[in-house]
Amino acid sequence: MQDRLKITLLLTPALTVIGVLFFGGLGLSLLRSFNYMPIIGMNDPNLDAYRSVLASPQVYRSLALTLYIAATSTLIASVLAVATALLLRRSFRGRAIASFLVHLNLTIPHLVGAIGILYLFSQSGSFARMAYGLGLITKPADFPAIVFDPYAIGIIATYVWKELPFITVITLANMQTLGNDHESVARTLGASRWQAFRHVLLPQIMPGLLSASAIVFAFTFGAYEIPALLGASAPQTLPLMAYRGFTDVNLASHPQAMALAMLIAAVSAIMIALYTRALRNKRRG
Amino acid sequence: MAHLRRMAAIVLISWLVLPLVPLAIWSFARGWTFPNLLPQNWTLQPWAFALSPQSGVLHSLWLTTGIALAATALSVLLGVPAGRALGQYKFRGKTLIELIILAPIIMPGIAVAMGLQSVFIGLHLNNTVTGVVLVHLIPTLPYMVLVMSGIFAAYDPLVEDQARSLGASPGQVFRHITLPAILPGIIVGAMFTFLVSWSQYILTLVIGGGRVQTLPLLLFQFATSGRNDITGAIGMIYILPGVLILILTARHLTGRSSAITGFGQ
Repeated sequence: MQDRLKITLLLTPALTVIGVLFFGGLGLSLLRSFNYMPIIGMNDPNLDAYRSVLASPQVYRSLALTLYIAATSTLIASVLAVATALLLRRSFRGRAIASFLVHLNLTIPHLVGAIGILYLFSQSGSFARMAYGLGLITKPADFPAIVFDPYAIGIIATYVWKELPFITVITLANMQTLGNDHESVARTLGASRWQAFRHVLLPQIMPGLLSASAIVFAFTFGAYEIPALLGASAPQTLPLMAYRGFTDVNLASHPQAMALAMLIAAVSAIMIALYTRALRNKRRG
Repeated sequence: MAHLRRMAAIVLISWLVLPLVPLAIWSFARGWTFPNLLPQNWTLQPWAFALSPQSGVLHSLWLTTGIALAATALSVLLGVPAGRALGQYKFRGKTLIELIILAPIIMPGIAVAMGLQSVFIGLHLNNTVTGVVLVHLIPTLPYMVLVMSGIFAAYDPLVEDQARSLGASPGQVFRHITLPAILPGIIVGAMFTFLVSWSQYILTLVIGGGRVQTLPLLLFQFATSGRNDITGAIGMIYILPGVLILILTARHLTGRSSAITGFGQ
């Protein structure tokens, strides 16, 4: 009983702050998406904002683009991260440098990565200059549009650059905890290198990999500054569309912006559910 | 196989470093036009401008540092007790509490900040540093709780009982037993919490309304205005705390620690 009181006292301050700021903020976004804001005389909640959002072809294009960016970035980063973790698991010359850089990337803000990608891949960027040097192009416009492009290659490249280290570090730690024993047994029983990876190691690292991927998906789906810097002018990703509606001088567009924010929140809620499920499987398994 | 491994290592290392290279070069370049692979003239001008009062970089630097320090201090104050409850005890509803702690780390800030802003206007917290510190608590506090929960899970409270049975007061137990044991964890956690606040963009933009101009906001502004040289210098300044913290904490940072979870964003 005494424990119960102690736990309550320890948790209450933090939970109060998180409750007020996070759940309060989320709740307010939700209320405003229903056109409910008594302070300025909007007393009748309704679904108008959702109706107009769901009737807009622009929103569907934006949703498709945002899902495409998040899914592609997460998939590429996850696959490459497993390969990187496999690489870093063994010792080789330069491993210390590679490992340091992987950790360094964790600390670098996304925005810096996005600017770096811009300076590398833009039509007057480093790669365009190399292409000119090699005689492949004669002017900047000849270089393919990799940033501000409809396929969002620059955005995806930034996410892969930044999220690969994140997933690698988690996966590598998983591999080190598991050790080599199971794979060695499989190998002595005649499994090929690939079979040992596919049927022994991969299933064991999967829960950790899925939980890390869920975090990455939620982030890449809801991030603002990277598509703001590297995205094409249309269609824009959902967070950009939401922020644009939010800063619109026309107050009528605010509930729609909030409805878009709720769409982002809903997608990330699914990712939170996936994350906790994967973690539970990991603890059980 | 060893050959393949070496190739993969070279590709990996290049890919990780590559985006930082033009950024660093730009900060020392004067008129680095297409198609030159390197600047024609090297200069310290961008750094001189970035460090001069009129660029606003130093102002943003201190502002960003102050906000991150304040958010970190509050997160430590509130997060250490909560981390203790989660790391040391099993109780009913713990899974739900963990979910409540996790949600703000994973959910994109834009969904929360836009709603919060309408109330912050009424409370005169909009466009203020205080408002920005408060909104930064949304990712930093849960992050600190998560880190401390990991620290306390590995901490043995039996020593406290022994100290108490030998007559130590609760204050003495905390000062001489608990604190020394968890202090390294608090310090590492606090440094990474600092980085979480340091990296925030959209929360600062929505609540600060563009008036509270932290480094990332200033960096974005220079990046979109085509001043690549100044952008390079600000970019280098902006990544410095992360590099320093990494060097200080390298041996604590493994994927096993819950400290990593906050860095997917």
